[in-house]
Amino acid sequence: MRAYRGRALLLALPLKSLIQRFAFALLVGAAITIMILSRAEPRLVDNLRGTVSDAATPILEFFSHPAASFASLVEEVDASLDVHKENARLEEQNAQLRKWQSIAAQISRENEELRRMLHVVPDPESSFITARVISDSGGPFVRTVLINAGAQDNVRKGQAVITSEGLTGRVVSTGRHSARILLLTDLNSRIPVVVESSRERAVLAGNNTPNPRLEFLAVDARVVVGSRIVTSGQGGIFPPGLPVGIVSSVGEERALVQPYVNWDRLEYITVLDYILPGFLPETKRAGRIGELK
Amino acid sequence: MRVATWVERTDLQLRGLTPFAFTLLMVLASALPWHLPSFAPVTPAFTAMAIYYWSIYRPDKLPYAATFCLAMLLDLLTGTPLGLSALVYLLVQVILNSQRTFFHGKPFLVVWWGFSLVMPGIALVSWIIASLYFNTLVPPMPFVIQAVLTILLYPLFAVLLSALHRHMMRGI
Repeated sequence: MRAYRGRALLLALPLKSLIQRFAFALLVGAAITIMILSRAEPRLVDNLRGTVSDAATPILEFFSHPAASFASLVEEVDASLDVHKENARLEEQNAQLRKWQSIAAQISRENEELRRMLHVVPDPESSFITARVISDSGGPFVRTVLINAGAQDNVRKGQAVITSEGLTGRVVSTGRHSARILLLTDLNSRIPVVVESSRERAVLAGNNTPNPRLEFLAVDARVVVGSRIVTSGQGGIFPPGLPVGIVSSVGEERALVQPYVNWDRLEYITVLDYILPGFLPETKRAGRIGELK
Repeated sequence: MRVATWVERTDLQLRGLTPFAFTLLMVLASALPWHLPSFAPVTPAFTAMAIYYWSIYRPDKLPYAATFCLAMLLDLLTGTPLGLSALVYLLVQVILNSQRTFFHGKPFLVVWWGFSLVMPGIALVSWIIASLYFNTLVPPMPFVIQAVLTILLYPLFAVLLSALHRHMMRGI
């Protein structure tokens, strides 16, 4: 009996390692195939991502609260250290903002008047929804976040995403109640922008670092450090004039932009519904993950 | 010999799931928004730490198929090119499977040293695959930062993991 079992074991062990090796080869093959397939047919993966993020939304929502409160605790301690200085700074800023508010109201009235006189075609009304960031990949590959609003809440692919500070990115895929946002720092992000003062057009191209590049600038473009960059509205997807950032460095061949958004505090974001009806068919809109423009 | 009761057997089986469950938790942790200043740009590779640990000590409880599924979930949740993590972590596991006995009974510093060799490998291979996938040179700096951050955090997780290992996997 014992001899028989020994022989069985002698046979079974190599068999087990053979099966394991076979499983390994099979799984590696599957991973490579899936990667090539997802490159060739991104829509398949988009749908799968939507389904999986929908399923994971309740779990991520549940855990994102403690994660956020941990982060805010660190911030709280940090802030309480110089609360007096901060208060003085805010009071000063408040006074300044009040002044700007009255100027803005005056200019906006005047603008309305002038538009009426010139019979300007009105921009489409944009509605918006605000959602919570429930997942932030933070990996080295992509700059995307997941929000807890999706197709059910009228979030659609291509819509612009902003925070109170400025443009954040755009929607790249949607599930029923979750959506993935491609941040403007991502390698695949391309946004038509304009230098506010000189009206030079350019494309803001992400590169996975905190400072995206200005591409396709005219050769003789006058761009200086500190120039404000806003969306140009070309392509009809982003409303024109959304603040994006300021030029942080100008080199021989490229200009880098420091976005206004504070990436460390991305907790709530606003999705703008601005897409001009019939302007671009859904399939032509830019920006799937893994799709370079 | 006393035959194990149904409860005992179920208990054993459930506790045997610890490596898988812990790695799943690490996958979810990778997808969470940790809005810490200067932490958000790159999250440590939590999943890599879990896979390294269990591949050395309990590879039987984290088979290739489990790693594959967990890595796929990680890619889907974080928006990484689908299949990339699966490929990288399977390679890590097959290498560790051939070397794991070397680490058994060795002091922690040796195991940590092992991890500090594996993690740059993960970063390099991921960077190469990502660059091929996106058909452009992906900026390498985030990969370097992530690798360093993960290596520095490993001792903390090793304490947690070995405590879990001792308590949950007793008699398995």
